[in-house]
Order: sequence, then C-alpha cells, then structure tokens
Amino acid sequence: MVKPKKTSASSLLLRMGGYALLIFGGLLTIAPFYFMFVFATHQRSEIFGFPPPIWFGEHFWSNYQILLQKIPFWRAYWNTFYLAFMITITTLFFCSLAGFGFAMYNFRWREQLFGVVLATLLIPAILNLIPFYLLIYQIGWINTPKALWVPAMAGAVGIFMMRQYIVSAIPKELVDAARIDGCSEFQIYWRIVLPLIRPALGTLGLVTFIGAWNKFADVNVIMRTQETKTLPVVLRTLQGATDVEWGAIMAGTALLVAPLLLVFALAARQLMEGLTSGAVKN
Amino acid sequence: MRKTVSRLEIRGSPGVGMRWSNFQRRYAPYIFISPFFILFLVFGLYPSLFSLYMSFQAWTPSDGWGRWKFVGLENYTFTFTDPMFWRSLWNTVWLGVFSGVPQHLIAIPLAFVIHMVLSRFKTFVTAVYFLPYITSSVAIALIFNTLFATHNGVINLVIAHLNTWPLLGALLPDQNINWFTSANIKYALALVVVWQFTGWNTLLYLSAIQAIPKDLYEAAAVDGASRWQQFRYITLPLLRPMMFFAVSLTIIGNMQLFEQPFVLLNGGASTATPGGQTVTMYMYRTAFEWLEMGTAASIAWILFILIGVLTYLNNLIFGRGARGVD
Repeated sequence: MVKPKKTSASSLLLRMGGYALLIFGGLLTIAPFYFMFVFATHQRSEIFGFPPPIWFGEHFWSNYQILLQKIPFWRAYWNTFYLAFMITITTLFFCSLAGFGFAMYNFRWREQLFGVVLATLLIPAILNLIPFYLLIYQIGWINTPKALWVPAMAGAVGIFMMRQYIVSAIPKELVDAARIDGCSEFQIYWRIVLPLIRPALGTLGLVTFIGAWNKFADVNVIMRTQETKTLPVVLRTLQGATDVEWGAIMAGTALLVAPLLLVFALAARQLMEGLTSGAVKN
Repeated sequence: MRKTVSRLEIRGSPGVGMRWSNFQRRYAPYIFISPFFILFLVFGLYPSLFSLYMSFQAWTPSDGWGRWKFVGLENYTFTFTDPMFWRSLWNTVWLGVFSGVPQHLIAIPLAFVIHMVLSRFKTFVTAVYFLPYITSSVAIALIFNTLFATHNGVINLVIAHLNTWPLLGALLPDQNINWFTSANIKYALALVVVWQFTGWNTLLYLSAIQAIPKDLYEAAAVDGASRWQQFRYITLPLLRPMMFFAVSLTIIGNMQLFEQPFVLLNGGASTATPGGQTVTMYMYRTAFEWLEMGTAASIAWILFILIGVLTYLNNLIFGRGARGVD
C-alpha cells in the first residue's frame, strides 16, 4: 500500500482505528477456542453456573476419565488418525502422479480430460451420500476404513494443485534430459519430479490431512460400530445422552482440535499461501 | 534451444530401447492419470447416476437388494407436496443468505484493513482469523452448543451485559434468549457459520488485494483520491473476479449445510425445532430414519439442480470480467 507522504493526524487515527478493529475481531474469533479449553477443565455444574468459568479449573482429569468410561476414546482417536493418514499419503502419491501426467506430457484428449477433473469439483458432495452409502453397503465395505480412504485417494483439488505447481516449477528440459540419461517415465516422476515439488506436497498434505481429520457426514453413515467410528462421530453421540457431560465433551473436543492447532501453528503460512494460490493467478 | 537438440537426438537414434521409450512416453500419461478416472467412475459418476435412477424408484432396505419398483415421478411429487420439504428449503435459503452475505460484507473491508495497516503481523493476524476454517465443524457446533446455553450461556451473558449500555441496550432483548427454539435456532446457526467462514473469505480477498498493482493506488493518491475513493474505485472493481469465486464457494457450501445444524440440533431433533432443519438434514432423515431411499435421492437431485441454478445466477451477476479466476 502507498505510504502517505506525511503522517497526518487523520491517517494516524485511521491506523489506530484499524488496529482496534482487528484486535476486536481477532478476540471474537479466538473466544470460542478459549472457552473450549477452559470448559474442558470444568464440571458441568460449573460450566452452566453463574458466572460461567473464565479461567481454567481442575477437572480436566475427571473429564478425561468420563470420556474413557463412556466411549472408546483412544480407539476413536486412532481411527481418526489412521483415516487421515491413509487419505493423505495416497492423495499425495496419486495426485502428484496425475498432476505430473497433465503437466509434462502432450497427449490426445489432455485438455478434455483435465476439464473433466475440474468439472467434478462442481458436483455437490452431499448429492452422493446416499448412493455412495448403498454402493459401500453392496460391496460389503460398511464398517471398514477403506470405504472412506479408497474413494478419496485421487481428488480433483489435489490434481489441480499439483499440475499448477509442476507447470510453473519444473522445466520440461529437465524431464527430457532425464530421458536421455535413460530414466523410465515413472523414474522421472519418482526420482526427479517428486523431490522438486516438496513444498507443494507439503501444502497438499496439510490441506488433505485437515479435511480428512474433520470428516463427519460420510463417516457417520458408513461406520456403524463404536470400534470403527472416528472421534468427531463418537463425540457427537455423547451429546445424545440425557445427562450430557459437557465438560467431558469439551475435553474430547479440545483433544480433537489440539493437533490441528499445533500443525497450523507450525505451518500457517505455507497452508494459507497454498490454499489461495490455486484460486488466484498472478 | 536444448529442447530441439534433445528431440533430434531421440529421432536420430532409433532402436529397440528407443521404441520402448516412445511407447512409454505415449501411454505413460494415461496410466498416471487413470487412478482419478477409475475412482471417479466407480465412486463418483456411478453413484450419481444411480441416485438419478433411484429417484424414480421406490425402495427401502427391507425390500432386499435389487427389488426396485418403478414409480415414475412419485418421489418428486411427494417431495414437492411435503410441507416439511418447503420448510427445509426456506430454512436453507434463509440461512444461505443470512450466513452468506455477512461473511462477504465483513471479509472484504477486513481484508482491506489488514492490507492497509499491517505489514509485519499480516500473516499472524490472518492466521488468527483463519483458525475456525481449519477446525472441525462438529467441534465448532459442540463448542457453540455450550456458548448458546439459555441460562448462563456465555452469549446470553454478553447480551445481558450489553443491555446495560445506553442506546445499544434499547435494541437488545432484556431476557435470556432460548436459542434452541424453532424461531431462534436460525440466528444461532447463521452466527456459527459466519464465525466459521469469514476468515476463509478474508484470506481469499486478501490474496486478491495483494495482487492489485501498487502503482494504481499511487497514481490515484497523486490525483488526490482519498482512501475511501481508492477502496471504492480501485479495490472493489478489481476484486470482482475474486467475489465471483468466493460467492460461488459460499453458495455451494451454504446450500449443503449439514454438520453445523445436525450437531447444534443434537442429531436433528427437527420435529421439535423445524426452524433449523436444512434440505440436507431433511434428505438425511428421509434416507436413514424413514429409510425412503428413492425419495431421498429425489431430494438430492432437486438440491443439485437448485445449486446449479444459483451458481448460474451468480455467474450472470459477477461472472462478467471474472476472467482472472478459473
């Protein structure tokens, strides 16, 4: 932005107003997270007492015990992680491979096929929920994690991101040179391209992991037994009881959200840049 | 230059090895992109077409697999004559507008302010606003469930406190609001959705604002344009392509709202609170509570067509000059 030539009083005022607005909005954004962590350390009676707690209490441990008692907490946690990990690892492989294919080769129907990839982005996910459930039911994959990670292995978003990055980051000459040196086409991908697209793989990995970690609607219909459900789904079922243990639910929610917050703290810049680079072209 | 040389070399040295590598080059890309297409055909296109087929059939799981009964348009006529469907559709559209419009009305000025007043902490501040977007919708709905509590819920207490302020107090109700009644749940849901997605839109708009060439502002400043004029006549028009993109995403997302209402209403206790039932919840209940799979498929297709129409209208409004985004 243009630096004002002279720092006039009105521009200073604008600036201060801007800061105040940003701080106020930021506090509103953070507040629900803050209350989640605070409530995780209180009993139900304290959470809905007057005044509600605004500082950490001492009941985190008992809330955690309630969680262990009522739901297979660590099993669900593991299921969540396993699903997110499988989706991420397979997505990175298949999407970068397809992105490499679209970016580095001239072949018949290339533009049309890429158009199909992009068009699938427009299909509302929820449209498929019921027939997808029936298909999984028919092939006998109900209650198996592969029902959720196999279909998610090669998504359009990932292919689009990978293609964009490979086109801009890898010169075709490099690929040609590798061919002359006797690399097979797959070796070119595996040994030359893959190491060079690490930053893009990092972003796609983050996006995919977060999305898979937060999955709910399809997990909710495919996973029918307590042993196979993921954490968001079992936490939701706790809500159905008559005497809802909100302290325990908040403790579980905090433990569900905490890893994402940690990952985000470490990689916020890369994640945010990666998410918008597909949307904006400079 | 190098490219031509290498091509010449390839042509110049034919042999078995060369033929194999030409064969590879020709078919490798198809193999590399095939996983997507196989998965899409099996888990994407086939279920979609199957649901179209199903929307003309009567079937419930107890009938046994494959025992479909063709009923023509009955599922559609049933859906269109069910008051619950119209109620859900109204809720969805209401929510779509009242949770969608504020997101953009907040995000655009917010992105502009972030860009104007921040330099060093830009990423940090944007990251803070972005946090809700990466958080599970289920977690968010559970958290807000406690915040919206009628007695001593944090949100009601804040309102009660604001009530004691002059002027502002007159605008606010002086009793605890029961957010979980049919009439009020919509407002609660809209608030949650706005909170969750404003940061995402801010990020989109911020990235578009950063791409606007600085000399435009410089030229305007030289001509004596105020900040407001710069925003009005430079930033806003140049944000149009991004508005098209961001509004498209909002329409597609808002028309499918499921997790937030589902969790906030505790699994969709929608007989008690029809005011919070969205079309996707209505579809979910039709399929998994009433086990009317054919009718549920017809709801899905009606929704799909509706999303298509709205996206098209958005295209008419913002689409012109939106070439920069694809």
